[in-house]
Amino acid sequence: MARGHHDVGGLPGAGPIDQSQHELSDWEILADAVNQALGAKGIKRTDEMRRAREEMDSAAYRDMNYYERWIASIEAILIEKKILTKDEIDRRLAEFDSKWGEP
Amino acid sequence: MGRAVNASGGKFKPGDPVQVKFEDPPGHLRTPWYIRGKTGWIERVYGEFLNPESLAFGRDGLPKKTLYLVGFKQSEVWGKANNADKLLVDIYEHWLDPAAETGRGEV
Repeated sequence: MARGHHDVGGLPGAGPIDQSQHELSDWEILADAVNQALGAKGIKRTDEMRRAREEMDSAAYRDMNYYERWIASIEAILIEKKILTKDEIDRRLAEFDSKWGEP
Repeated sequence: MGRAVNASGGKFKPGDPVQVKFEDPPGHLRTPWYIRGKTGWIERVYGEFLNPESLAFGRDGLPKKTLYLVGFKQSEVWGKANNADKLLVDIYEHWLDPAAETGRGEV
């Protein structure tokens, strides 16, 4: 029996919940938009997104923030459904990185 | 007790004592760990919905599953607790077994 890394309800030691308000970054708003567009097109469902987060590497899951997990889930589902390949995504990221990344 | 959204279908009715299965099959599971094995009661029948544990893998979600709002004594779930409060959890029928009582718990 193994408890998933997402299923932490009732575990001790989680500490208080950070209830402070914070502004969303541009990329987080974009992540939300991509997610909604894929849903509206019938390409993915919320349940698939949840399952993709549950299947992530546990250390990576813990290290990521909320929208980073979304992005990783979207990537996993698009690859799984053969809409994009990992190679295509990595190539495009490298392009962005060389154009706008930190020197 | 809450009003049923769709009283038809489903093998439990409001007030029925139920126990959540303590199972851990592989896959996307819609019942959180902390409530597995706990005993409570049917608070409300929501009706039938596509099975999210099937939709999660790109399948059709059929057959539909009846979803319930299930009530638990706080003490049943967390040990010593204030039973003036209850805990309410959405649970699909295939996670529920009939039970004799609606949960023990120390008050």
